[in-house]
Amino acid sequence: MERTLSRLGDGSVIQLTESELRCDLEEGTKDAATAGKVDPLTEDELDHLFDIYSSPVRVTGVEPGREIVLSYDSPTLKVRRVGIDSGRIHALQMYEKLLGADTQELSHVDYSFKPVKPIVTYEQPILEQALLVTTIPLFYGAMPNLGTYTRPDGPVANPAELLPMGKIREARASHEETVEHAIKDMVFVASALYESGADGINFDTTGAAGDPDFLAALRACEILKQKYPQMCIELGMAGEFVLGMHGELAYDGMRLAGLYPHEQVKLAAKAGVTIFGPVVNTNTSKSCPWNISRAITLMKACGEVSEIPIHVNMGMGVGGIPVTDHPQIDAVSKASRAMVELVRLDGL
Amino acid sequence: MACTHAIASGMGGMRTAGDLVARLEMTEGMKINEAKKYVAGKLGVSVTELADPVVMTEIREDLGIGLISPLPNKAGGIEAKFRIAELLGIEINCVKCFGERVGTRL
Repeated sequence: MERTLSRLGDGSVIQLTESELRCDLEEGTKDAATAGKVDPLTEDELDHLFDIYSSPVRVTGVEPGREIVLSYDSPTLKVRRVGIDSGRIHALQMYEKLLGADTQELSHVDYSFKPVKPIVTYEQPILEQALLVTTIPLFYGAMPNLGTYTRPDGPVANPAELLPMGKIREARASHEETVEHAIKDMVFVASALYESGADGINFDTTGAAGDPDFLAALRACEILKQKYPQMCIELGMAGEFVLGMHGELAYDGMRLAGLYPHEQVKLAAKAGVTIFGPVVNTNTSKSCPWNISRAITLMKACGEVSEIPIHVNMGMGVGGIPVTDHPQIDAVSKASRAMVELVRLDGL
Repeated sequence: MACTHAIASGMGGMRTAGDLVARLEMTEGMKINEAKKYVAGKLGVSVTELADPVVMTEIREDLGIGLISPLPNKAGGIEAKFRIAELLGIEINCVKCFGERVGTRL
């Protein structure tokens, strides 16, 4: 029985028979349909995924005319992370001229809004200079990262310490306090960088600290869009569903805990988000075909209801990409092609 | 990873018209097919040609909207963005800010 080279979600190599591959694709979509309460993929869609994932090629891609645009989180950080000590403007020029980026993003190495706030006047001149020498759209990005507002890193009592003591009401109050601090910082920083000329602002890994994190980003977005109606705001999520760290927070009457991408995008649109970045997390114990089938099922549901552009997150560990710093070319290109060909999306 | 996505499914940014299509998503909230048709119409090319670097390099040079390999006396950076804003009929924030700072009414 012929075996196909494949990978697990952690990037390690496995071999699948045809029936194992087909089984993984079917199980992946069923898992997503159950979890997200959405429709599973059709037989035609599963056949299409089978064709992509049974192919032995190292690189694959979409047909001409089907290309989409790519947006990025913290490319300036990524150049430094591999030990290249380049200035941030040079890093942006590398992405623009050498890596085929359609948009790019300036960011601080401490990639959260709270640490950027006291040094934002140092970020603004860098952005302004970068805008003079680059041509493609330039975002400024950071993470809401509400965890930075709790002790010992911030002023608010730590809910993770209060909960084991049974202080649920106090823990919830702490979460609510972090929301207010985060909104102030996000609005302050985003306003400064937009007034310096940024083409857009990226709220990255939104929801990383659960429903308070998501709420803070939605409310900050609302305030910013009232202040600057033309501002482009990209909101990229951290996980496929919103963790209920507080459990009872709501936006526009909808409880945030437990929301999946097809529900998250509607609230994002209401808040004024311009581009939404949905996420599906990779399961490292399952194969890449299982993961991509699962991811596409949830992303397809999101794309079908979204009234705003969606850029599906396909970085490390999301969107069917293995959880490894340097994912293999075959794993990334197959996932990239599959996602673009089967989901009504507007970018990655 | 950035390279792999760009090769597998990306438009190619300034190599082609990827940045222009992205701008329509960002400023007008257009979905990608609508954005591509809009840009193709403004440039006088087909949607497929938008992602062809040979076609788009010539067009970008003729229109002065920025090139991967800069040429002397050709618009680049903020200069190209002025032209992009005019060509596409959109407001580009940094172009507006630049104009305000140099005291030019746009």
